[in-house]
Amino acid sequence: MNTKMNGRRAFLRFLFCFALVSLALTSSAFSQTGGELRFCLRSEPKTFDPLLVDDDSSLAIRYLTGGVLVRANRKTQDLEPELAESWKVSKDGKQITFKLRRGITFSDGSPFSSEDVAFTMQRLMDPALHSSTGDAFRSGSGTVSSKIIAPDQIAIIFPAPLAGLERLFDQVAIMSAHSPKKEAAVLGPFLVAEYKAGSSVLLRRNPNYWKKDSQGHRLPYLDSIRLDIQSNRDVEMLRFKRGELDLINVLDSDYFDRLAASSPGLAHDAGASLDSDFMWFNQVASAPIPAYKRAWFRSANFRRAISQAINREDLSRVVFNGHAQPAVGPVSPANKFWFNSKLKAEPYRPDAALKRLQADGFHLQNGALFDKGGNAVEFSIVTNAGSKPRERMAVMAQEDLGKLGIKVNVVTLDFPSLIERISQKFNYEAAMLGFRNVDLDPNGQMNIWLSSAENHAWSPQQKSPETAWEAEIDRLMRAQASTADPKKRKESFDRVQEIAAEQAPFIYLVNQNALSAVSGAVEGANPGILSPQTFWNAERLTLNAGTRASR
Amino acid sequence: MNAARKLACVVVVAVCAVSLGANWLAPSGYARQFRDAPSAPPSHQHFLGTDEVGRDRFARVLYGTRISLLLAPAAALVSTVLAAMVGGLAGYMGGIWLRLARGFTDLFLSLPWLFLLITVRALLPLNVSPLVSVLITFLILGLLGWAASARVLSTSADALRNSDFVLQARASGLHGPRLFLVHVLPNLKPVLYAQFWISIPVFILSEANLGILGLGVAEPLPSWGSLLRELEGLISFREEPWRLVPLLLLIVVLTSFQLLLSNEEVTV
Repeated sequence: MNTKMNGRRAFLRFLFCFALVSLALTSSAFSQTGGELRFCLRSEPKTFDPLLVDDDSSLAIRYLTGGVLVRANRKTQDLEPELAESWKVSKDGKQITFKLRRGITFSDGSPFSSEDVAFTMQRLMDPALHSSTGDAFRSGSGTVSSKIIAPDQIAIIFPAPLAGLERLFDQVAIMSAHSPKKEAAVLGPFLVAEYKAGSSVLLRRNPNYWKKDSQGHRLPYLDSIRLDIQSNRDVEMLRFKRGELDLINVLDSDYFDRLAASSPGLAHDAGASLDSDFMWFNQVASAPIPAYKRAWFRSANFRRAISQAINREDLSRVVFNGHAQPAVGPVSPANKFWFNSKLKAEPYRPDAALKRLQADGFHLQNGALFDKGGNAVEFSIVTNAGSKPRERMAVMAQEDLGKLGIKVNVVTLDFPSLIERISQKFNYEAAMLGFRNVDLDPNGQMNIWLSSAENHAWSPQQKSPETAWEAEIDRLMRAQASTADPKKRKESFDRVQEIAAEQAPFIYLVNQNALSAVSGAVEGANPGILSPQTFWNAERLTLNAGTRASR
Repeated sequence: MNAARKLACVVVVAVCAVSLGANWLAPSGYARQFRDAPSAPPSHQHFLGTDEVGRDRFARVLYGTRISLLLAPAAALVSTVLAAMVGGLAGYMGGIWLRLARGFTDLFLSLPWLFLLITVRALLPLNVSPLVSVLITFLILGLLGWAASARVLSTSADALRNSDFVLQARASGLHGPRLFLVHVLPNLKPVLYAQFWISIPVFILSEANLGILGLGVAEPLPSWGSLLRELEGLISFREEPWRLVPLLLLIVVLTSFQLLLSNEEVTV
């Protein structure tokens, strides 16, 4: 009897516990869906037309509202199917065929088909539109055409082979060919519901978004996203700390450390990003600098010696509080496929640097370095005023090079004056700047490495390559761009990176880490190194109402 | 001299004396980087801690004070001399010269001063030493900062031109430069003196403004402007109060300069 009673009690206890756990799980699931995510745009979006996007704020809105055929996963860097179920690039690299998903509609209810893809490509490639997204698809003279094979199948044909073609479609938000709402009809997880100029952009959930989670729930989980336009980073941080914002997409190392000290769980360091800071010497033949200085700057030994004499470890540790890595070359180690893993960052070796300089006829005299003509080694480094990290790096390089007897003058200029000097008048000796890379593919660096390119910073727009190694880089860059074979492309670009390390036209200094902040109320966030760092999986983010209320 | 002026005088002299003794008080110098201790709090080795690249903040405050306090008066002298030449002479000569000078001064005053400074700074040669760069910065300040003083001086000189004693001197046969040098200029001295003292804090602040924009004195030389840049991003005063020392020093010195000017001198 007692045994039976005990058994019944045990069963009732089990039932009670089961009910409690179920209730908790259900309520938790309910608390996770819905709500409004809030974060800041640092400038006014210049456009809502997805094909004309050219600034960070518009890029963020396009990412959240635009539906694309394929999407590069911001964590794995792999290409994943989105509106296209599958795709195939022809052997000659001139054609890509997409198989589209069926049954998808735009946010206004108009159906999605291959006609929309054809319309988008036609508009994108219209020269009158001046779309920078479209520029990436221009592979040669001739027009880009689309061939509708079926409502769910389309081939896009290019006049010349385009390397890394499929990745370019990550940036192309498909527009509706028939919707009267034009760019307001979207295929992404959110749609623009309200825009108050100078104040905010409100995005609401797209009720017709096609994606569902593994349990069959329609995505996105969030009801809306409010993007406040706020350029002041101090205010942004204060609002985040007060709980008025849920994310900060990009943080400086100073802010990061302060946040990490007060709320360690909210600051995220995703490791080295694709961005790099570097310096270079002016090698332009017509530059208004003394001939003996041009001779120094054109010597690979001199450039390598400068590179060896700068302590990159110190730059990473002191300037970025350890949230940066000594840079290796034009590709950050964060770029998993294209980075040449045989290369290492130039170690700090002032003795070796001095030997290199002595090999070129330089000599020390009373602590100062002189060239073989008896000229004291002195040059200026220009950088943009207002960039504290870069100014600090320049000051540290000044001290490092001072130990070799080299006198460095650090000059900060307002940005327009700096750009005028380095790209038009060439009236400078050395410059320190950075690249904000968003493209994993080396084709994104064609405008830097080709000797004829405008951004070939040390000696731009050459009619023919001035040196044998620049000619070799030209050949390799064109070779990798003209084949669709990833292995051959990698071989060519690996060699470009090796030449860049041997010749040091750019002296790469650091790759800054991708730093961001995510509030405890946001669940599912997994900050990465690729833009947009914190909200790349916005459709799967949820808000914990309880955590937000308690802040 | 009232108590406030005496105190202000003591403060200015004391600050000048301490900054001149920077070599002995802060032997580590303003440029040496203690890279193992960047952004360190105050300690026996570094009284005011270190800056972001590990430089001793106390040394930088002393040397920065020396630069700002020595060169701001020099720039004020340049601008006052220019103001006397343009405003004083035009006021003395009167007529079309006065109208031309006032028009030119108004035009100069209407220019966006900061943008003008940035433009001129950007046009300068790059390869100059930090010391030359600081001299150039203050010289530019002096050369561009004369207009407001010139306007005041032209009005004062215009009033003197029509005064009884100048008329009497003219009647006695005194004309031209001699009349200006013997009778007008000595009577302009209180205004010149006031304009000189007023200009000093203006130039200190202008250099600080340029420094905050990163366009002031070249690294590694410190100035109050470059030291104030450290306050960028400081969210709470309680976090690192020692970083406020350059700001406090600037406020104390500027207040002292204002107190040094008596009411009579300012309102002449």
